[in-house]
Amino acid sequence: MNIFVLLKQTFDTEEKIVIQGGEISEDGVKFIINPYDEYAVEEALRLKELHGGQVTVISIGPPRSAEALRTALAMGADEAVLISDERIPADEYSLSVVLAAYLYKVTADVVLGGNFSVDQGSGQVAVRLAQLLNLPHVSSVTKLDIADGKAKVLRDAEGDAETIEVALPALFTAQQGLNEPRYPSLPGIMKAKKKPFHQLGLSELGLSDAEIAPRTERISLSLPPQRQAGQILQGELKEQAAQLVSLLRSEDKAI
Amino acid sequence: MSKHYVVIAEVRSEQLRQVSLEAIEAARLSAHEGDTISALLLGHNLSEQVSQLSRYVSGQVHVLDHPDLEHYLAERYCSAIIPVLESLEPYAIVLGHTAMGRDLAPMLAAHFQAGQISDVTAIHRNGSELLFTRPVYAGKAFEQKRFIDGRHIITVRPNNIPPAAEAGSPGEIVQHAYTAPVNLRTIIKDVITKASGRVDLAEAQIVVSGGRGVKSAEGFKPLEQLAEVLGGAVGASRGACDAGYCDYALQIGQTGKVVTPQIYIACGISGAIQHLAGMSQSRIIIAINKDPEAPIFKIADYGIVGDLFEVVPLLTEEFRKALA
Ligand SMILES: Cc1cc2nc3c(=O)[nH]c(=O)nc-3n(C[C@H](O)[C@H](O)[C@H](O)COP(=O)(O)OP(=O)(O)OC[C@H]3O[C@@H](n4cnc5c(N)ncnc54)[C@H](O)[C@@H]3O)c2cc1C
Repeated sequence: MNIFVLLKQTFDTEEKIVIQGGEISEDGVKFIINPYDEYAVEEALRLKELHGGQVTVISIGPPRSAEALRTALAMGADEAVLISDERIPADEYSLSVVLAAYLYKVTADVVLGGNFSVDQGSGQVAVRLAQLLNLPHVSSVTKLDIADGKAKVLRDAEGDAETIEVALPALFTAQQGLNEPRYPSLPGIMKAKKKPFHQLGLSELGLSDAEIAPRTERISLSLPPQRQAGQILQGELKEQAAQLVSLLRSEDKAI
Repeated sequence: MSKHYVVIAEVRSEQLRQVSLEAIEAARLSAHEGDTISALLLGHNLSEQVSQLSRYVSGQVHVLDHPDLEHYLAERYCSAIIPVLESLEPYAIVLGHTAMGRDLAPMLAAHFQAGQISDVTAIHRNGSELLFTRPVYAGKAFEQKRFIDGRHIITVRPNNIPPAAEAGSPGEIVQHAYTAPVNLRTIIKDVITKASGRVDLAEAQIVVSGGRGVKSAEGFKPLEQLAEVLGGAVGASRGACDAGYCDYALQIGQTGKVVTPQIYIACGISGAIQHLAGMSQSRIIIAINKDPEAPIFKIADYGIVGDLFEVVPLLTEEFRKALA
């Protein structure tokens, strides 16, 4: 089975956001594999363990994204592809076209991605890619079983659980609950150094700037208004409960 | 030239969703005088929801009503919608940022080679330009985006844009025939509706959430009672979900649902940054925690330091009296 995993390097979820010169500062920030993509990597490794085959992890991003790909190799992926080119705009249309240009040339049985990325959070790229590649897809999966050229998946739809069957090749996006990602082992880290690591730019993919022209752009960035610590109520618990209800009613007009 | 806005509306538990009315308002905020706003609704046995929807749009209500469309299925919905959209030639398509909208919008965006701005929380007009606000880094920052070329697709986050008011004259209803796609590659085997009958978490005006402090599945009972009195929904921290006290469907936070209710009541939740990502934009936050140092108090509007098993039933009682 030929499995491809879309992977993005993101800020560690504990990081504080600092805006500097209209951009989010990356100074001293710890980067991780986008947590949803980590589920996708783990699932790919499990599929390989069950069915045999090859796992390739692909990322578009700045050169530092190589670390995230190396981590995936150390977890057990076989090959990594980093598409790094400053001309690639940070627009979901452009990103999906770039990924499609790479994936058109391979034969994938399964493509896995994360449900969304915890930084940009738009959740578009993987689904757009499925459409571009004319692959069926199921997003937000919490269980994935493959047999006889078909996948039976459980999909989380705002709390409803849907069981869906799909013919391979297909694309899936991973939701929390799908699995518990493994840690890279020490031998894994050693082996990762010898695994194939391809680095590509737009010219290797035969894409022109016009073909990846962005459809949207960011105009500004701001921090949300700081929430002020409010009022800690005092007195007997019963009095506090009564006071709270009356504050919500008279002060906040919320009930 | 006048432009056509199409809102893809949605029905859940046989109800037209509130977020669909918010999507109509988003279209209104974006549209100019003379533009048309139409709606498109898919599903089965829709007559009531269609007539309700027609009161909110002055343009047409396009309907695809067929047993095959009872449940959302990406392939079916996409192939049913595309011919309708192609005939309508919309300038903009607006959807709710819901399980359906999140899945359908990027498929349509790819099909139309269009830009998409997801999870929009506000729309501003700057001269002739429209700016769309959306959270990034799980709500730790906000960005304003614009479309570079005309045609656009947006999904709107529930509970952020006010719902549309009824339009002057009801929109005309246009039924479309549904033809099943040839070569369907996906099929739905089963749907287990966990949230049926309850208030939808993402759209709830009041959310009562439990954390690890709730201690067991049984411990959620008093929270459920409070939510019921308030007509709200029950949510949870990942701590509570990981401990098996409740279903992951209830999880609020960076890797769970994002909620923006009027009132958020956090019971036995410490207030980890990943939890705040899902609820810190709520209008009023109330924290109940026995640890006075819990970080949740730093962002709460009101805090009660105490044992939730004592406090929650007292609150339920007080609200019951107040709402009687
Ligand atoms: C990548 C990543 C993603 C994550 N995503 C999410 C997410 O989406 N949502 C989320 O919630 N978390 C998420 N987390 C986990 C998060 O970091 C915290 O671990 C989690 O929110 C803690 O849950 P909690 O507050 O319920 O539990 P705890 O931190 O254990 O807090 C329990 C609280 O209950 C109080 N308490 C105990 N007993 C009582 C009582 N009887 N009465 C009153 N108070 C009591 C305690 O004082 C304490 O403050 C994520 C973590 C990571 C690393």
